[in-house]
Amino acid sequence: MTAFEKVLAARDARKLTAVDFIANMFGDSFIELHGDRRFSDDKAVVSGLAMLYDMPVTVIGLEKGRNTKERMERNFGQAHPEGYRKALRLMKQAEKFHRPVLCLVDTSGAYCGIGAEERGQGLAIAENIMEMMTLKTPILTILIGEGGSGGALALAVADEVWMLENSVYSVISPEGCASILWKDSSKAAEAAEALKMTAQDLFKLGVIERIIRQPKAEDKAMFESLKLLVSRTFEKNLSMTDEELTNARYNRFRKIGNNL
Amino acid sequence: MDLFSFRKPKNELESPSDQQQNVPFVPDEMWIKCPKCNTMLLTTDMEENLRVCTRCNHHFRMNAKQRIAMLADENSFDEYDADMESKNILDFPGYDQKLEKARAKGSKESVMCGKCKMGGIEVVLCAMDPDFMMGSMGTVTGEKITRAFEYATEKKLPVVVCTVSGGARMQEGILSLMQMAKTSGAVKRHSDAGLLYITVLTDPTTGGVTASFAMEGDIILAEPDTLVAFAGPRVIEQTMRQKLPKDFQTSEFVMQKGFVDAVVSRDSLKDTLVKLLKIHGCGVGEAK
Repeated sequence: MTAFEKVLAARDARKLTAVDFIANMFGDSFIELHGDRRFSDDKAVVSGLAMLYDMPVTVIGLEKGRNTKERMERNFGQAHPEGYRKALRLMKQAEKFHRPVLCLVDTSGAYCGIGAEERGQGLAIAENIMEMMTLKTPILTILIGEGGSGGALALAVADEVWMLENSVYSVISPEGCASILWKDSSKAAEAAEALKMTAQDLFKLGVIERIIRQPKAEDKAMFESLKLLVSRTFEKNLSMTDEELTNARYNRFRKIGNNL
Repeated sequence: MDLFSFRKPKNELESPSDQQQNVPFVPDEMWIKCPKCNTMLLTTDMEENLRVCTRCNHHFRMNAKQRIAMLADENSFDEYDADMESKNILDFPGYDQKLEKARAKGSKESVMCGKCKMGGIEVVLCAMDPDFMMGSMGTVTGEKITRAFEYATEKKLPVVVCTVSGGARMQEGILSLMQMAKTSGAVKRHSDAGLLYITVLTDPTTGGVTASFAMEGDIILAEPDTLVAFAGPRVIEQTMRQKLPKDFQTSEFVMQKGFVDAVVSRDSLKDTLVKLLKIHGCGVGEAK
């Protein structure tokens, strides 16, 4: 697959979304919690509590929706500031009860609109990034489709970041990049190549820790092994002191580009 | 005598030899037109007025060197990591040429960081540079800012960052996005150490810089009529296909919405910063 084919696969409307992952991993144990307690409940973010075997966890996902009606409701997975604030509220709650946080990222980016700007989209993302850096509980992020720029990073300041084999993660969409740099959005395929945005590229660059096999619906075996992998990672990180954990997270990002 | 000499054809009047003899030589850069009120300003007047229009108070952009000259006490700026230069890490097409072009304008990177005195108070100062790829944040930008914060945390110094940026530098792909996390981490450690961080937003402050260290200051100041945005107005107009409200995303608008502490004119910016530093007890106990 070329880089741009991977981009299209990551955007494929038929692939599993965050709610599918939650259903497959946590089943009935998931309880959804709504709202940022400030402004509203952003449905582009689905979040709540669940049991991972016998371990309570907080789960936060960016949800694109599985059909047209859902996609409208979920704003195509593009969160407003209140969505990021809901996520941060639940992360702070997770810190208080010392339960690990699992983030599932699938978004083309944070929403670009008047309301989002008026309510401080930049600040909302900045606050998440800053607070996640020192959150005293384990955080694991899995990119399950598109990882669009700051809107994805706002849920991806984690101890480890994993990606599905056909997911992408980039500072800008290939179309946006091509239209800004070459004034021609039809050169998106070239831009996708140049941006090094596939899971395989990011693994090589040392930006992610693990590539996960692409699951299909009802792929019980795959989800079982993913659960096991997630719980082992959480157990390992729960055994660290708060200082060890947040130092490791800081250094994970600190090392990117310090060899200049 | 030629009675009709004043009717000489225009092209003759404007012949180069005529011009050289009769018309005083006016270099292009002597005058500058204010983009806001269209007044022609003498460049020297504008420069002396801190690059502010003498008629309508429009704030022209300042490069990093000008910003530092304006804010730091004379000869007090000690630059860090001055030789750190961006490389084309991802082998992105055309990036090497872009970097060369940017450097030819006289700046080495999109930010200058260092230690200086402000009203006699020791401060770490970072000034972003619109002349270098419109202050876009690449790996080196992130690294320099991170180091500046780490140094300030170690030495227990306050930090002032003047932002101006078009956002993350896409030629460095995901690595530029990661700088948002890296810088924010360093800001958080500085903050957790109980130290003061003031940001000064200048035109334009957008994208990944807005969504990281620009919005993380204890106190956020902005220059008048500065574009402060996550997504710029053109992006929003394209996606929304609707006209934006008047003055949308200006610093005054963003302050009214509650995201900026104060809009401060350039002529009182240094005084305001010094006042804020003093209120926080900065510089107390330092050798004079």
